[in-house]
Amino acid sequence: MNEPVRKRADEVVGVTSLYTEHQEWSTNLGDKTIHAKRMPGTFRTIKYFTESIWLFFFVGAYLRWDGKQAMMLDVNHRQFNFFNITILPQDIWMVSLLLLILAMTLFAVTSVASRVFCGYFCFQTAWVDLFTWVEEKIEGQPNQRHKLDAAPWTANKIGKKTVKHVIWLLISLLTGISATVWFEDAYQYWHDLMHFNLTIIEFSTLALFTLGTYGLAGFLREQTCLWLCPYARIQAVMADSQTILPAYDIARGEPRGKLRRGAPATDATQGDCIDCFQCVQVCPTGVDIRDGQQLGCITCGLCLDACDSIMDKLGRPRGLIRYASLDELEGRPVKKVYQHPRTFVYLTILLVALGGIVWGMTHLGSLKLRVDPERQPLYVRMSDGSIQNKYTFKVLNKTDHDVYVEVSAQFGIKDQKLIGNEQPKLLTHGRSTAFTIFVKAPEENILSETTKIEFHVSNTADPSMAAEYTSKFSAPKR
Amino acid sequence: MSDNHNSAGGVPTTGHIWDDDLADFTNQPPKWWMLGLTASAIWVVVYWLMYPAIPLAINGTYFKGFGLPGSGQWTAIKELAEDQAVLDEVRKPYEDKLKDMTPAAILADTNLSEYVARSGKVLFSDNCAGCHGQNGVGTFQTGKFAEREKGYMAPILNDDDWLFGGEINTIHETIMGGRQGMMTPHKDMLSEKQIDDVTLYVKAMSEQGKDKADADASVAAGKQVFAESDCTACHGADAKGMPAMGSANLTDKIWRFDGSIEGIKQTITYGVNAGDNARVAVMPNFTEGGKLSAVEMKKLAVYVYKFGGGTPEAAPAAEAAPAAAN
Repeated sequence: MNEPVRKRADEVVGVTSLYTEHQEWSTNLGDKTIHAKRMPGTFRTIKYFTESIWLFFFVGAYLRWDGKQAMMLDVNHRQFNFFNITILPQDIWMVSLLLLILAMTLFAVTSVASRVFCGYFCFQTAWVDLFTWVEEKIEGQPNQRHKLDAAPWTANKIGKKTVKHVIWLLISLLTGISATVWFEDAYQYWHDLMHFNLTIIEFSTLALFTLGTYGLAGFLREQTCLWLCPYARIQAVMADSQTILPAYDIARGEPRGKLRRGAPATDATQGDCIDCFQCVQVCPTGVDIRDGQQLGCITCGLCLDACDSIMDKLGRPRGLIRYASLDELEGRPVKKVYQHPRTFVYLTILLVALGGIVWGMTHLGSLKLRVDPERQPLYVRMSDGSIQNKYTFKVLNKTDHDVYVEVSAQFGIKDQKLIGNEQPKLLTHGRSTAFTIFVKAPEENILSETTKIEFHVSNTADPSMAAEYTSKFSAPKR
Repeated sequence: MSDNHNSAGGVPTTGHIWDDDLADFTNQPPKWWMLGLTASAIWVVVYWLMYPAIPLAINGTYFKGFGLPGSGQWTAIKELAEDQAVLDEVRKPYEDKLKDMTPAAILADTNLSEYVARSGKVLFSDNCAGCHGQNGVGTFQTGKFAEREKGYMAPILNDDDWLFGGEINTIHETIMGGRQGMMTPHKDMLSEKQIDDVTLYVKAMSEQGKDKADADASVAAGKQVFAESDCTACHGADAKGMPAMGSANLTDKIWRFDGSIEGIKQTITYGVNAGDNARVAVMPNFTEGGKLSAVEMKKLAVYVYKFGGGTPEAAPAAEAAPAAAN
């Protein structure tokens, strides 16, 4: 995909063409700051909308529900709170499904329309967009910025740079605070912050996020996408010839050439590309889309806006750079979206994972029971000859109030007797309570070495709140 | 990539040439890298002064006197003590309560008895498991070296059969004061035949229950020996034993030493703690010499009780039927 579009006919065959390729290939190592031009257009507007999803990141943690923070990843207390749902570590498997859903969404979208996430939703893209917007407001358009960068350190330059960096740092600080408040009570955090009363962990988290944001969005920028981000690498295996992505229509554009004054509007010897470099100038990662799809392209569509505006001025049809698949560009029959098996595989996995979460959320239950049979000894012979087993019960009370439960058993041995369940057991809320239950059974009724036994715990006040656990009753060899 | 950077640009090479035309430029390493290296070198010295590094230094291994933060302060053992102090702080509310509570009161408190059971497990492994087996399952010796040693080294603690009583306070007393088993050897008092007969009778009582054994004609001879010799003096006329003296209940399914015919005969012939070839049954005193603290012994009592064999305090004496048979 990285092969340059222009190949001189006489060199295509020779091995020396490799050197030509190498010369044409420039690598963005970040030695020159890219100051991308901001042009209005369809995709620019879409990008503003999609990026504003991140506003929720700044305000979401302040929502209250029932006097508590509505959404909190309460790591300190080992629980996640979402409105009136509390997810304890025992239900954390759902988080892995959530991650699977996110991954599959990413895969499915990428297989259809390439790096949509990179171009429109990624925090790196969004924050860099915000930072460069600030930069533009203070330092002016890209050419002015280039000039300012090269200019000597005058008071004017120092002033502009200072204002810019202060604003950047403030945004970074707010980002750091916003990232932290999802993990603990937001208002309490602000209170502690204002009194310089943060714990060392809170402070280092804040510092890490603040400096991270400042460095990544302010300085590293597109270098993050090019050299740090693993997703840029993964995307290659998810896009294929059916995937639509911002692409330059070689057949229509080449041979490119500068617009000559007085030349006929439709010059048969020239393609539609007038080599105006607008597509390069607007690109946030500084790539030339006319070189074909490449690692640096985050498929944000800003070059489409740029090219379309030029085509409009020239009176030529839009879409010299457009969302197109490789099939379309190379003249192969274009398949429909639903003729893409891979997307359906991704979607199926996504739906299964989603189903799992829905099941999990509706089956959270209020009690969780776990019964561990004693392993040493497996059984004890009592003085009357009966066999006794010992079980450690661990009952997790997921509700927000203490309850009493009674313990009973099903199956097991005929005439078995439970010992230790005479009194209802108190379960403290939000915690796992442990207690011991013995089961004693006459030896003559025991038919095999292990017998299935099912334990039940149920709330004394509300029997519908119950949990069961299947364990086994052990006895000497028959 | 390489074309854009490090072009020869007048930089001299090291003068060493490999493979005809390969040479090293004498370019400086990046500035940030050199700064990092220098900072690390300085830090090594600071670190060396702050932390133990000189084994020969008198009065600790520090270089003291620079007043650097932390210098002369840190030791591994101090850090351990700090960590332990944190743990002690967590345990303190429980431990404080335990000091003034009786074992019975601890047992009645659900939370506290769970806490005690956990620390009791460690104490038990350290002090009791050697004889009673891990988790009180008993240690059955195979008698590989001496026949008289075949059998349980110490009573199984999981079952509900107790020689001296399974009430929480009795268990506590046993741990505090120790116990000494005793049984007269009968090798000089009874004939070989009489010992065989009474062995069969005792075995029958355990297997069939006393009433059935009494009615069983095949063990009648043994029954007579049991009634007429000194057996009932300790084990009682009902053969259920007497917790006050620690004699075993012979009518239940539990055997203190070994329930096989040979094992029972061995016990009857040579007795317990009575000289040559006798069974050995000694529970040490854990108060003596401060082997265990008062709180530790309370914890152990509760822990052992919770194995599942403990006898509720209120139970009538007749039903409490302690004694591990023979």
